Amino acid sequence: MPIPLDAEEVLNREFLEVRARLLQVAAALDRLDRASGSVEADARLTKISQALAILTEAEGDRAERIQHVFSRPYDAKWLGPFKKERMNS
Amino acid sequence: MYYFDPHIHMVSRVTDDYETLAKMGCVGMSEPAFWAGFDRGSVDGFRDYFRQLTEFEAKRASWYRVQHYTWLCINAKEAENVSLSREVIAMIPEFLDRPGVLGIGEIGLNKNTKNESIIFCEHLDLAMKTDEQILIHTPHLEDKYQGTRMILDMLCDDSRIDHSRVLVDHVEEHTIRAVLDEGFWAGMTLYPVSKCTPERAVDMIEMYGPERLLVNSAGDWGPSKPTAVPDFILAMRLRGHPESLIRRVVYENPLKFFSQSRNFHFTPPEVYQPAV
Repeated sequence: MPIPLDAEEVLNREFLEVRARLLQVAAALDRLDRASGSVEADARLTKISQALAILTEAEGDRAERIQHVFSRPYDAKWLGPFKKERMNS
Repeated sequence: MYYFDPHIHMVSRVTDDYETLAKMGCVGMSEPAFWAGFDRGSVDGFRDYFRQLTEFEAKRASWYRVQHYTWLCINAKEAENVSLSREVIAMIPEFLDRPGVLGIGEIGLNKNTKNESIIFCEHLDLAMKTDEQILIHTPHLEDKYQGTRMILDMLCDDSRIDHSRVLVDHVEEHTIRAVLDEGFWAGMTLYPVSKCTPERAVDMIEMYGPERLLVNSAGDWGPSKPTAVPDFILAMRLRGHPESLIRRVVYENPLKFFSQSRNFHFTPPEVYQPAV
C-alpha cells in the first residue's frame, strides 16, 4: 500500500522529532559515560551499538532488524522434543 | 468516527474512562482475561473474576452505551501453576454460554517455558472441544520473537484449528509477517515503551495492508493509554489515509473477526438501546 505523503513531506513532518530522539539517545549515552562504574561488559550495551549501526545502513526494514537485535533466539526444532515429553508425562 | 477496541482491560480502569472512551467514539470493546498483578490462589478467585467480566463490566459499559464482550482463560503468567491452571480450564465452560463471551483468551506465553506451553495447548484443546474462538497474548520485549514463533508452531501443529478464528495480539515489526502469512488475524497493541506506537502501527498498515489487522489499546493497570485507538485514528489522518481505510481497521475489521463467535450480538450504535 503506498504512503499518501511523498518523501519530502515525510521528512518535513518527521525531521524535528527524529532530531529530538537522536539527541535523547546521544544524551543517554553521554550520561552513561559520566556515571561512575563501568558497564562495558554488559550485553545490553552491545545490543545498543548493533542497533545504532543498523540506523546508519542504507538497507530498509531497519525497525524489523533492530527488533531482532533485541530478541532472544528461536529454535525451530523445539516442538518435537516438547511433544514427546508431553506424551510421556 | 465510531471504533471498537478489541483488547482492553476495563476491570483496571475507572468509570470515568468509559465516559471518555464513549465521547471519543468507542462503541464496543472486548476484554480478555489477564494477570491481576498478583497470582491468584484458587479456582474460586478466577470464578469471581469471570463473574466480574461477564456481569459487572458489561453493565458498567452499558451506562455509556458501549457494548462490552469478554474472553476467558488463565493467563500465561499464572500457567506455571499447572494444577491450578487445570482447575481453571475445567471451570471455564460454566461461563462459555454467558452473553458476551467470545471465546478463550488471552492465552499465550510469557517467558516461553514448558509449563506455559503445556497450559497453552490445553487451552487450545478446550477451545476446539467447545468450538470457541481464540485470542492470543504474545510475550514482551526480548521474549516476543521466540514466543510468537513457538505459539505459531503449536497452533499450526493442531489441524483442528481454523486460523481465521484466531487473533494473535501484540504483533510488532518482527512478528507480524509470520502471523499474517499463516492466515491468522493480527492485533497491534498501542502501548508505551514495551509494544507499538500509533505511528509504527500506521507503518505496518502501509506495509501489509488492512486485511486481518486490528489495533487495540490494551489499557490496563500499568502505564497505558485507554484512548490509544483514537491516537491511531489521528495518526492515520495526519499521514493522509482515507476515512474508509481507517474505519475498516478500527470498526469493520473487529466486527468481521468477532462475528465468528456465537455470543457476538453487536447492535450498530445508531440503533443501540441498552437496558438501564
